[in-house]
Amino acid sequence: MAKVEFETPPLPDQLSIPAVLPGAMAHSRPFVAKPEHQQPLGFPGELVDNWQKVALDKMDELLGRYRSLQVFLDACVKCGACTDKCHYYLGTGDPKNMPVARQDLLRKVYRRYFTVAGKWFPRLVGAVELSEEVINDWYSYYHQCSECRRCSVYCPYGIDTAEITMAGREILASIGVGQKYSNEIIGKVHTIGNNLGLPEPALANTLEGLEEEVEEDISVSVKFPLDQQGADVLLVPPSADFFAEPHVDGLIGYAKVFHQAGISWTLSSYASEAANFGIFIGNYENMQKVAQRIRQAALDLGVKRIVVGECGHAWRVAYSFWNTLIGPFDFLDPHYPAPQHICEFTHDLLYQGGLKLDREANDDKVVTFHDSCNVSRGSRLGSTPGGQFSIPRDLIRAACTHFVDMAPETIHEHTFCCGGGGGLLTDDLLELRVKGALPRAQALRQVIEAHGVTHMAAICAICKSQFTKVLPQYGMGMDMVISVHQLIGDALVFESEH
Amino acid sequence: MAFELNGKTYETDEEGYLADLSDWNNDVAGYMAKEDDCDLSEYHWEVINFLREYYDEYQIAPAVRVLTKAIGKKLGKDKGNSKYLYELFPYGPAKQACKYAGLPKPTGCV
Repeated sequence: MAKVEFETPPLPDQLSIPAVLPGAMAHSRPFVAKPEHQQPLGFPGELVDNWQKVALDKMDELLGRYRSLQVFLDACVKCGACTDKCHYYLGTGDPKNMPVARQDLLRKVYRRYFTVAGKWFPRLVGAVELSEEVINDWYSYYHQCSECRRCSVYCPYGIDTAEITMAGREILASIGVGQKYSNEIIGKVHTIGNNLGLPEPALANTLEGLEEEVEEDISVSVKFPLDQQGADVLLVPPSADFFAEPHVDGLIGYAKVFHQAGISWTLSSYASEAANFGIFIGNYENMQKVAQRIRQAALDLGVKRIVVGECGHAWRVAYSFWNTLIGPFDFLDPHYPAPQHICEFTHDLLYQGGLKLDREANDDKVVTFHDSCNVSRGSRLGSTPGGQFSIPRDLIRAACTHFVDMAPETIHEHTFCCGGGGGLLTDDLLELRVKGALPRAQALRQVIEAHGVTHMAAICAICKSQFTKVLPQYGMGMDMVISVHQLIGDALVFESEH
Repeated sequence: MAFELNGKTYETDEEGYLADLSDWNNDVAGYMAKEDDCDLSEYHWEVINFLREYYDEYQIAPAVRVLTKAIGKKLGKDKGNSKYLYELFPYGPAKQACKYAGLPKPTGCV
């Protein structure tokens, strides 16, 4: 296996701002996409000869397309409010991981070619030519941003570094330098329908196995329907829910909720993926194409509602972009939100008295909750402001007696990224992932020591996989990580059907 | 990338996963494991053989639950869990065992 040589930083008692270590992460670069990962997404297979012109043309196009991008590049006054807010800076000390510095990698080129001052007096305004060195820096440091948007919460102008990172990655892919991890995955969604490349027979086999498992476990025949025409609800989970642990227990939880509520539902083998890595690489066309499969599946199956599973960025795409990407949803039942999040769905049932839970089932646990960045800062749950914070906690409290929050500066809109979001959940970035998880790991250890926390619940497949991998590096168990819907599923009370 | 074994060259990706599934043989698995300081026991082989059989039928590695269930059936219930599989394959059963079995690395949020 990839033996990565690096030292896991010690967890401090208090999170402190690290001393600046220039170039500390300059070596960190994910594998570059091969032609077979690039071309199906509409990108050139490898670095094009006239890459400078192509890159600047693409920047010009993006500036025209996204007004926000130009505002973000123009507005920064270098106040420094963002400098200590990025988990990758806090974990690595590399000053280019300060959000303002990350923005400046693009901004300095923007100034040189797109502003009067930069064209005439480049040195005075920090404008530089687009060189190979700049491109290398872009590739390295735009893959050290998880697009989590924490910095934007603290920016007095609301500059969103995530959008600048997306633009940087989009330009890189357009000159032939895409990222292997994300692009290979998007290609699999286009051809097979999910990030894993899990074909229909394997999916059906996996779901049959889960039905048997639940039946053995609680003597209730909970179904995991696939491609069922005329079901009320199309559930679109992240495909990790089919494949990985602890994710799969969350999927079992969803199925138990549907079963107890008596609502007909189905999964789709055509759209078996909520995740949409198109947003990670900043490419609108790929994001739309990935999302389109879900609209198509909903139409083909004749469902009335679409519910999205526990996947952070999928919910951001669904909540914030689906309407313009693949809407309108006039073919769905207007009585329900379109789309709806599984946590909203379960929460509604809970408060209408449609679910019977017994907290005792989780009495062996002391649970805390990790707010996922895309749900916290890129979307909302429910119909009231802050629902994305209260609804998952309501669910956990309904299923568990013992719940405690982590430190206030590390939760809600201030939450720290898990360290693996935004297309960085790949082993070739393991050092970055471990170091970027430091702020969250520190807050978690604090509640373990102070309150005996045994589990950290999450509602994002990436968070779950990332923590399972990196928490052991900080001396915490991988089995601490749990799906919110596992807690629900374990607490649901069923009468044995046999 | 590539490695040489018994006079034959095996193409791999950047992380050492075999480029061509049909190149695989028992010695390849043993060689890859050795590189990771891992000696393959009969228990490792149970997992590797199951992965290959499953891949042959479904063109994908089995989900972790499918794998734990199958191993539980073969080796006893106490071994049908991911804790046991992590003991065998500390880098993660899905990724490490797939590599030795000659399968592509699982992709996605896993």
